[in-house]
Amino acid sequence: MISNQALGKYGEDRAADYLHDRGYQIVERNWRCSVGEIDLVAQDANRLVFVEVKTRSGSGYGHPFEAINPQKVSRMRRLVAQWCATHEISGVNVRLDAIAVWVSHGRVSIEHLKQVY
Amino acid sequence: MSVAKSFAISLLGLAGTLIEIEAEISSNLPSFVLVGLPDASLSESKDRVRAAIQNSSLKMPARRVTVNLSPASVPKQGASFDLSIAVAILAATSEISHHSVRNFIHLGELGLDGSVRSVAGVLPSLLSAKSLGFSRAIVPAANLAEAKLVSDIEVIGVHSLAEVANVHGANLVIREPEQIAATVLEPNLAENSNLENLDISDILGQADAIRALTVAAAGGHHLLMVGPPGAGKTMLAERLPTLLPNLPLAQALETTAVLSIADHRRSAVVALNGLVERPPFEAPHHSASVSSLVGGGVGLPRPGLISTANNGVLFLDEAPEFQLPVLEALRQPLESGEVLINRSAGTARFPAKFQLVLAANPCPCGRSFGQARGCTCSEVAKRKYANKLSGPLLDRIDIRLAISAANAGQMALDLEAAQENQMTSKQLRQQVQCARELAADRLSATPWSLNVQVPGSYLRKQLRLATEVTQPIDRALAKGKISMRGYDRCLRLAWSIADLAGCDQPRREHIVEAAYLRGSDSPMVGV
Repeated sequence: MISNQALGKYGEDRAADYLHDRGYQIVERNWRCSVGEIDLVAQDANRLVFVEVKTRSGSGYGHPFEAINPQKVSRMRRLVAQWCATHEISGVNVRLDAIAVWVSHGRVSIEHLKQVY
Repeated sequence: MSVAKSFAISLLGLAGTLIEIEAEISSNLPSFVLVGLPDASLSESKDRVRAAIQNSSLKMPARRVTVNLSPASVPKQGASFDLSIAVAILAATSEISHHSVRNFIHLGELGLDGSVRSVAGVLPSLLSAKSLGFSRAIVPAANLAEAKLVSDIEVIGVHSLAEVANVHGANLVIREPEQIAATVLEPNLAENSNLENLDISDILGQADAIRALTVAAAGGHHLLMVGPPGAGKTMLAERLPTLLPNLPLAQALETTAVLSIADHRRSAVVALNGLVERPPFEAPHHSASVSSLVGGGVGLPRPGLISTANNGVLFLDEAPEFQLPVLEALRQPLESGEVLINRSAGTARFPAKFQLVLAANPCPCGRSFGQARGCTCSEVAKRKYANKLSGPLLDRIDIRLAISAANAGQMALDLEAAQENQMTSKQLRQQVQCARELAADRLSATPWSLNVQVPGSYLRKQLRLATEVTQPIDRALAKGKISMRGYDRCLRLAWSIADLAGCDQPRREHIVEAAYLRGSDSPMVGV
């Protein structure tokens, strides 16, 4: 049994690999500010992609995506604005994505939702 | 397939509208959106549907689910859409065949464990479905008896969502359905016209009144009984339904359909027992409100007691104690046999062909009969009491009968006679049945079947009687003792009396008896 934090870290690693394999460039991981944390920032062609990663083992607590509620999505929007301000970036295309990492019986499955709202 | 649709029926009164339920699964974060003018109990259906799907070994998609109920402008109410919403979602995720789903009307409320629960209004919904061209329907197993009343439509009764999924091509293991505790505990809720416990032969010393009841039953005539407390008015009225024959199929279906959308208790009885064959009997307390009698309610209109008493008897005991607006509201339905209820959400039309029976004391204290010994009411109080039953209302009552308290001598005689030849309800019911058949034969070329429905002009022209027969009432009319309307009512009653006697048309003595039963235009005075 691994701890939730370790599981989360593992899931984020797998999500980063997944994006990297599909031609995304990972710009930053686990960026923190007073509002909260962005799990992954990646670049896809000329678009910045901000990714929330949810990892679950077993199905006792439902689908990972079910944990991303509207409040979480609106916090991500604020985080994107914070990130852009901090990095003095403006006038770029951005996108919010969600990645679910499901670990069970040694198998890992990944689902990727683009442009969530 | 990420879009699929299913069909259900939304009822406004007894009229159904086809509702198309579209479900769409889009690749976005999981959420469940229900659009298309749902009311509060329908919005809650989201949580029931989600739980039911998950607990039926089926998959609720972890994506954004949008369900649209179309046409959006039709107000929708209640939990009966649960099943069709669940089915549309399952078809959209390809758990079940969307081709199969489209051929059915789905009705049913879902339990969190995936069980399918009974709903109100299955009969009128399926009648609408049939006229809309559907030939198959899936309904809760608890409503199967009711659903089977609709001919030419194949009905499948289901206990659980899993069974529904299997109908549409899924292959799930069906759990043994749990025995759901019956929502209605008393088995014999057809107590209204309880033939076993009530019989006309229970009544002693009221031969006149029993005769009047029999005539009323034969012709469907409205009836007013005025008499002192304890004379047996209530007993008599309660036994009127025992004289009425079973409803013919068309009327039984109409009555069942109304009861199916009435309150929970009545609709549960219909779901359980199917066709209501006995004429209903409603006896509201005199505190009843206008909308409880006529129909109404917040949001979508519901039938009132005049509609649940459709093709049966509405008995108002202590009639002058009812609020005036309640009594006056009866006038229009008495005339038209139906009631239109207008609400912001829509207009519902309910049938209201009831037989009205009124009972009243002669005065507030009830002792103003005979020599009025012991009556403590002032003249003003008496008149006020009598005026509660307005002229227009009394005009519509064919039989206005004064009932006196049975006296000891009469009772003793009756008790003796009772051993030999007092008629039972069963015997009288047969007479009434024969009389009704005679009337129906005579009126077969007309839209009417009971004497009460026949307009006066038809009686005076097409069914004209010889002058020597009608002479007693002709003379009363000439002397101004009865009005023209009273004249027509007498003719109508005379036909019912003749039908009971098995004659092909009324004789002079029938006219005389009719005039006696019709009674005075001010029946509350001088009893």
